[in-house]
This record gives sequence, structure tokens and C-alpha cells, in this order.
Amino acid sequence: MLTNRFLAMLDARGRIFLGVILAAIVLVPILNLVVPTGSSLHVPTWLVSLMGKYLCYAILALALDLVWGYAGILSLGHGAFFALGGYAMGMYLMRQIGARGVYANPILPDFMVFLNWKELPWFWHGFDMFPFAMLMVLLAPGLLAFVFGWFAFRSRVTGVYLSIITQALTYAMLLAFFRNDMGFGGNNGLTDFKDILGYPVQSDMTRLVLFLLTLLALALCYILARAIVTSKAGKVLVAVRDAESRTRFLGFRVEHYKLFVFTLSAMMAGLAGALYVPQVGIINPSEFQPGNSIEVVIWVAVGGRGTLVGAAIGAILVNLAKTTFTTGALAPYWLFALGALFVLTTLYMPKGVIGTFAEWREKRREKAVLAANASTTPAE
Amino acid sequence: MELKVTDYLLYLDGVSVAFDGFKAINSLSLTIEPGEMRAIIGPNGAGKTTMMDIITGKTRPDTGDVLFDGTVDLTQLDEAAIANLGIGRKFQKPTVFEMHTVEDNLRLALKGDRRVFSTLFWRDSTPEREKIDRILDTIRLGHLREASAANLSHGQKQWLEIGMLLAQDPKLLLVDEPVAGMTDAETEATAHLLKEIAKDHSVIVVEHDMAFVRELDCKVTVLHEGSVLAEGALDHVSADQRVIEVYLGR
Repeated sequence: MLTNRFLAMLDARGRIFLGVILAAIVLVPILNLVVPTGSSLHVPTWLVSLMGKYLCYAILALALDLVWGYAGILSLGHGAFFALGGYAMGMYLMRQIGARGVYANPILPDFMVFLNWKELPWFWHGFDMFPFAMLMVLLAPGLLAFVFGWFAFRSRVTGVYLSIITQALTYAMLLAFFRNDMGFGGNNGLTDFKDILGYPVQSDMTRLVLFLLTLLALALCYILARAIVTSKAGKVLVAVRDAESRTRFLGFRVEHYKLFVFTLSAMMAGLAGALYVPQVGIINPSEFQPGNSIEVVIWVAVGGRGTLVGAAIGAILVNLAKTTFTTGALAPYWLFALGALFVLTTLYMPKGVIGTFAEWREKRREKAVLAANASTTPAE
Repeated sequence: MELKVTDYLLYLDGVSVAFDGFKAINSLSLTIEPGEMRAIIGPNGAGKTTMMDIITGKTRPDTGDVLFDGTVDLTQLDEAAIANLGIGRKFQKPTVFEMHTVEDNLRLALKGDRRVFSTLFWRDSTPEREKIDRILDTIRLGHLREASAANLSHGQKQWLEIGMLLAQDPKLLLVDEPVAGMTDAETEATAHLLKEIAKDHSVIVVEHDMAFVRELDCKVTVLHEGSVLAEGALDHVSADQRVIEVYLGR
């Protein structure tokens, strides 16, 4: 019964997507561990980590697509929720360093000793416990989104005004986290992590496991998002996106629906950030940069807004291009390329890669049907 | 506070609202009885749409009382709360959810729990399907159940919106220019439909089309500059000298 409902919820696209993830969960460990280093099929650990990073971005893009593609909330501040989740994870990793830091203080992280702090600030307590830190990964972004959304949606701030205040939100967070007094390592952020749950962060095995966990998280987030958008609540969200006041006159509390999906999306973004930090080894205030959040919008637009799978694919494609571009002679032109990509997608592929592909396939099928009809009709 | 102040389903008394000094509604008083159908006519700018905005909570009046069912003060509630009390509204420009199918449009409108978590865990049920089937029959869109609402003709969209009102099953329906842009045949069919609905609902129809109002055959209220100019049977009000002046100009 439950499996039936689960299968009914997934369309062909979703099944392929989950199939690919499953294949990667099986294949990547084999290619990384079993296939010898010299072989052309061997997947080196640096590549595993790089893909893990892309997958974190894919989760972030999925989270944004849930609010932008389905509820019409164009958040230009989702990077803030991502970074908050990252900081929560970073705080746990900092506490794990213990006395192995440069100043060898068993309780205080290095930057606090450097600032001459005598004791741990209250908000750093509890982060030595992994379950508590994981709870904060979800709660910190969730709470910020809830409070922000509570005021914004109740006052019926919509459209471009909402987008602008989400930009302001992430910018304000950037400035706050830059300050040493905030107690999050200021400009340098949190880094020099040693281990996670007792396993060394740098080791090949930990990196592989983190990658697999990120894949799993992407699959789960996708299933959750898909469950929401295919439910009646998902239909209400689309109704809000397309005709907000009409939805109100039908008796739906639009602000509650927006608040729900916005908060959930922020928690997803936080989870993505938490998986990102141990794989890249650092979290600093630059993650709050307004530009980061805008880039997420580009990923979603390129992949295909309101398709979920497209958002994830867009994130991976654009970041693949970014890595390729920024490591060669073309590096100085990356931002131009990114800007052009956004403009061209908006102009010529408004439905993104996924939407355009679906359209092309639909057309081809129609043509095939027409051709088949033409050949079977006897000539008169 | 369940004390009934009045027996009227809808009771407006001395309602005024001004936008930037312009009095859109000027001490308007109007009452609708339970089960009544009422046509509201008036020249452009008479305040018809603003009146609907006030009843449905989109606009708050500066002064005056708006009571629903004799007990509820509508001026204190927002759109969603008023809709859930049992006041449905059809807009002048047909606004259906274009991305959804005809069936889903009705399903969203269907009376039921509108809270986030109950819609999240909502399951299809037979009684709900039957209700939708019945409405599809009434609005004659049964063959288009799975069609996207964006692909409907203008008249079909108007009908779908009326169907959505039916699905809400409100005590009072506010219908703003239901036949604007319809063919004569469609207009006639719509009049039948509304008369059908009026059998067990109270209905307020705002309309320009006099032939249509005549078809409805109900009490008529003429609005002018935000207040009631005349009230009564259509023949009675159209014989009124002031009404003629307002419509034809002095």
C-alpha cells in the first residue's frame, strides 16, 4: 500500500533520477576502492569530494525550487540558510578538535584563545554532542526562516520586494558573521577540522562516506519535496503562485502555506550546508555573500524551474562548468559566462534544460505518431 | 456573543470608504435576506466592486457596519476567514488556476479543511469525487475534467469559476459580471444556472447587461456614486427618473 503510493508519487523523471542516485551509491565506492589507481575507470578521492560538493549544491537548488518553482517565492537569500547549517556543523567539528588545536585548549577553539576569551560563549554549549549539532543544523535555519517568513508573509510582502529583503537578510548575516565579537571566528570562519564522529575528516574513507550520505540526503530531500508537491497542499502552493488573492478568497491561509514551505526549504538548505562543510573543510562568512544566493537561482533556472529534478541537474551542470572554466585560461571570464548563461536561458530556454528536453521529446513523439498514421493510411 | 442583531443574511449599514479623498462608497446601506437573489446594477464607478471588496474583506470600510448572518462583524476578518464563513466570490475577470486541471480547480475549491497539514495528508475519497462529478454535470464541463484550465474558452472559464463557487458551497455567493464576454446562448445558459443556484443559496449578482438582469427576474438595487439610488423590481427601477438620468446622463 505504502509502496504503491510511493510509486504513484514519482513520475518517470523521478524514477530515473532516483535510479541514477542508487547506481552512484553502488558504483562510486567500487570505482573508488576496488578499481586499482592506475585504471582509467578509477575514481580518485578528490573527484569524490568534488562531486560531493556539487551534490550539496544540488540539495540547495532543490530547496530553492520548492519555494520558487512551486510557491512563487523568489528567495535571493537561500545561501544564508545553507551557511547557517554549515556553521552548525562547523561548530561541532571545532569542538571535536579539543586539545589538538594550536593553543591546545581542551575547550576553547583556537580563535577564542587568540581573542583572549576565557570561557565558551553560551551558544557554543552542546555543540560537542553530535545529535545536538544535527538538531541545530535544521533548527537554526528553520527558526530564522520561520521568524523572517512570519513577518514577511503576514504583511503580504511579495514579488520583487520579498526578493530584495531576502538579499538584505543574507547581507546582514554576512556583516554579522564577519565580526569577531559574534563568536563564530570572524573573517576566517571555522576550519582546521580534525575528525567527525571519531573518524578523520581528511581520510579517503570518511570522504567517500560523506559523499554517499550526501547522495542519500539528496534522494530523501527529493522524495520529501515530491511528496509535498504532489499532495493537495502542493496544488494549493501552485495556486498561490499563480493567483494568490484568488486562493485567499477560497479560504486558504496563504501565509501559512508559504511559511510552511519556506521553513521546510530553509531546513533542507541547512542540511545541504552541513554536508558541505566537512567535505570542503571550511566555513566562513563569504558563504553569506548575496552573490552566492543569486547563483542558486541561476542553477534552478538553467535546470528548469518547478521540476525538482531540473534544479538538481542545473546545480551540477553549472558547477561542473564553473570548475572547468575557473581552472583554465578562461578563468577571468567565468562571471561573464555565468551572466550570459542566465540571460540566454531566460530568453531561449525559459523552461530550462529539463523542460526543453521534455518539449523536444513530446514533439518527436507527435511527429512519429503523425508519420505512422501517414504510412498506415492507404493512398486514395 | 451569539445575539442576533438582525435576521438578514447580509446587513450593511452606513458603510463608507474613501480612497485618497474619493468616496468610493458613501454611507451605503443594503440588506440581503436568506435565500434571496439580488441584482446590483449601476454605471461605472458606482462602487459595485468596492462593495464586494468590503464584504469579502479585501477592503476595510472607514465607517459603518457589515454583519453576516446577523452575528458576525465582517469588518474585523480577513479574506480567508470570511471565505470560510460561507461567502464565495466570483471575479469580474475569470480567475481560475490555469496550471491545474478543471477537476483540481474544483477540488481546491471544495468545502473542507483548509489547514496546511490536513491538505498535506489529504487522500482522495469517493464522496468527494461524487461531489465533483455533480458539479461538473451542473456546469457542463464533464468532458473537460482532465483538461488544463488554461485551455478553456472564456465562457468555460466563467463557468468553471461558478463551479468553484458551488464547490465551496457558501451561504452567500457574490458574482461579479458573470456574462461579460459571453455569447447570447452562453448568457442565457448562465442565467439558468444562477437561478438554479439561487434555489438553495443567497446570491448577489453585479451586472451591466440589462437583458441578463431581466432574465434573472429578481429584486434590483441601483448603485450610484457609492450609495443606493433605487431598489425594487427591474421595471420599477428602470422607470425611475433618477435612474434614467444616471444611466443616460443629464
